Amino acid sequence: MLSLRGLTRRFGGLTAVDAIDLDLPKGELISIIGPNGAGKTTLFNLVTGLDRPDAGTVHFEGQDVTGLSPERLAAEGIARTFQLGRVFGNLSVMDNVLIGAHTRLRAVKPAVPVIGPLLELGLALLRPAGVRDEEERLREEVKAILARFGERLLPRIDQPAYSLSYANRRRVEIARALALRPRLLLLDEPTAGMNPTETAEMQALVAELKAEGLTILLIEHKLEMVMRLSDRVIVMDEGKKIAEGPGEEVRNDPKVIEAYLGHGLSGTPELESAV
Amino acid sequence: MSSWLDYTINGLIVGNVYALVAVGLALIFGVSRLINFAQGSIYLVGAYIGWVAVVQLHTPLPLTIIVVAVAAAIVGLIIERFGLRPLQNSVRIAPLLATIGISFVLDQLVMLTFSPNPRALPSQLPDVRFQVGGGTIGPLDLLIAGVGLTSALLLFVFLRYSKLGWAVRAASQDRDAAMQMGVDVNRVNQAVFGIAAALGGVSGMLVGMYYNQIDTAMSLQATLKGVVAEVVGGAGNVPGAVIGSLLLGLVESYGVAVFGTSYRNLFAFLLLVVVLVLRPNGLFASARQAPPEPLTGTFIAPSRPVRIPRWALLVAAAIFAILPLFPVSFYVLQTLINAWLLGMLALSLTLVAGSVGQVSLGHAALLAIGAYTSALLSLNFSVPVGFAIICGGLMSAALGTALISPSFRLRGHYVSIATLAIGEIVSLVILNWESVTRGPIGISGIPPLSLFGYDLISPNSIYWFSFVVMVVLALLQGRLLGSHLGRSFRAIRDDDIAARAYGLSLNRYKSLAFIFGGFAAGVSGGIAAHLYSYINHETFNTQQSILALTVVILGGLGNVVGAIVGAVALVGLPEVFRIAAEYRILIYGIVLLLLVRFRPQGLLGTM
Repeated sequence: MLSLRGLTRRFGGLTAVDAIDLDLPKGELISIIGPNGAGKTTLFNLVTGLDRPDAGTVHFEGQDVTGLSPERLAAEGIARTFQLGRVFGNLSVMDNVLIGAHTRLRAVKPAVPVIGPLLELGLALLRPAGVRDEEERLREEVKAILARFGERLLPRIDQPAYSLSYANRRRVEIARALALRPRLLLLDEPTAGMNPTETAEMQALVAELKAEGLTILLIEHKLEMVMRLSDRVIVMDEGKKIAEGPGEEVRNDPKVIEAYLGHGLSGTPELESAV
Repeated sequence: MSSWLDYTINGLIVGNVYALVAVGLALIFGVSRLINFAQGSIYLVGAYIGWVAVVQLHTPLPLTIIVVAVAAAIVGLIIERFGLRPLQNSVRIAPLLATIGISFVLDQLVMLTFSPNPRALPSQLPDVRFQVGGGTIGPLDLLIAGVGLTSALLLFVFLRYSKLGWAVRAASQDRDAAMQMGVDVNRVNQAVFGIAAALGGVSGMLVGMYYNQIDTAMSLQATLKGVVAEVVGGAGNVPGAVIGSLLLGLVESYGVAVFGTSYRNLFAFLLLVVVLVLRPNGLFASARQAPPEPLTGTFIAPSRPVRIPRWALLVAAAIFAILPLFPVSFYVLQTLINAWLLGMLALSLTLVAGSVGQVSLGHAALLAIGAYTSALLSLNFSVPVGFAIICGGLMSAALGTALISPSFRLRGHYVSIATLAIGEIVSLVILNWESVTRGPIGISGIPPLSLFGYDLISPNSIYWFSFVVMVVLALLQGRLLGSHLGRSFRAIRDDDIAARAYGLSLNRYKSLAFIFGGFAAGVSGGIAAHLYSYINHETFNTQQSILALTVVILGGLGNVVGAIVGAVALVGLPEVFRIAAEYRILIYGIVLLLLVRFRPQGLLGTM
């Protein structure tokens, strides 16, 4: 479904992503782990179009999508969450998640060249029945998505996102990604800053999504979660892929242990117990 | 041939003066990532302090320079300490607005102290010209070159060899790391503002001597030129700012040589727009830089908007609608008509600056486009006035959006610079395109407002007409913000990267906001043209843009009701308190500063 070949991105003298190959078949979950600064998030930026590779290709569903704009890639069905959290602070939870469904708007965004935007403006002002129905349907769908997070988000549906707790903002990000009905979901450290209970909830949710057949690329530091969820694990260090395989195999790879220990366990206190 | 040498020398000398302003801007940008819109005001202050020293105190030239440098530096330190330091931890829009407010306050104080009439500033140097090659050069040229080179040398030594200079360089490379290493960022800021102000002040004095004339309009021009030079050289890049300044001086000088004096500024702003579009990081920046770190939701102050119940709005609208039926004076109606016209402009700006986060400083240009379109259509082609006003709105929407579209890829302060420059370009084109706009003479005899063949001449009918138009625009805008476009606009404002990752095209939605906002502003300008019956290229100026911005901040960014409340408050309160006209702009500047400091979300809150 997703396949990367020789993907490379350099910043000045630093090669942040160095000739990465990756194949993610439909319905699988691959985790990318590695010390801080290994290039994981840069790799996500390359796949989602927020950054352009210096070399290499990205294929999605057999189509070459290298260097396409993030808008196009979102329309192709690629959704992502952000490592540091990028919710829309002044928008309500409902509006944040509705933005996730933006690429699915049809009635209000007629696919007409040139005057399409003007029609969109007119339809937004006039709101004929078709547009109202579509909006109503999406709002119901958002409530259904939020219900997956139990009572975490539903009671706060009209609150602005900046007023939410850190963990809830991460949940809003995931809800927003789900509203896109992604064919491929990229999760960048979904449990960062979460306590064990919250982490367990998030792990259950990701497992659920996987069981529903969603294809997922996951960046995660919490190794227990990685081991439970992943079909395969890719280890990155200094931009390179240093190991790939089933979780157990990768965990005992001497190169991997060295990469972590050699970096003084930076940012990965969980690994010590995991190794 | 000899004249070309003259133009080259002139370009380099003027460039040298710009460099003094631009270097200060670059230092400040380097340390605090802030474009100091008050830099031109310090330049103005420097020019007037120079005038006091030379004309009233009869100081000798070296002492004059020292007095100006020290006095300007003190102004700079005051701005830093009381204007900007309190905003250190506030949202990114706050210091931007604060420097705009400070600039207005300073300009007005100078104008109130010295009157707006131009004054002569003698250079105290013998009036001789030396022959150099084929051109001539005077002692003042040499002085300017000397001051430029000396300051560059002093600045180099300071940055390179003094401990504070190291701290400045460290802070501009990585502010957080410098702080962790014990660098006192407040002292660095002080140093930078002090130096920038001293250079700016001396520059203002030299320019005053060069043209032997100073006036209060110098301020905005200097800010614009300094910013152009700095951006051309790459924001925050000190040597780049010097090269950018010399380049700007030469481009202007050769432009004047070929096309004439009234085109001088046009070249500066076109250079700016070209650089912003093609190389937004300046001529000397590396081609492609890493995407900036996320600054989620920090551009605009988070707040909970005040919810006004629907019945209260209806009651208020009903009261204002029936007001002319009561025995109110013509004066009250006139004041409210002005408030409704300003309200339309504020609706437009609150959509663009508030909802989409594009802080436009050139919004008056949209008024001008609407006004000229409507006036010319009704005069030259006898188009009925009501229809001509709508055409004015459509023209503003189309032309305004087309002009601003190159800056859709810019962010934050750059948008403000680009809009400021585009506003100036529009005004300059109106001035120079005489065959259509009648140039500096302006357009007189514009037919009065009329609707379906009936002239609207009585104050009551004008009042109702403008009120109804504003209410209709406000209702439409409210409906727009309640649709999927409203949330798309605000999403782009809060985080454009996340918005793109979810399929929102920045060009498409910023265009739609400018189309809608341009229409409202153009209609306001069109109505104004038919009310005033005379307009020229200065009728709709930067002051109006800043007034509209103050209204928008007062009401709450993006807040439709807030824009109208703010317009009534800012137009009405000075009338109620009978504040003399010349103090009003000063009051607006102070209101803007106090708001940014104490209630950045405005009266009714950001939407």
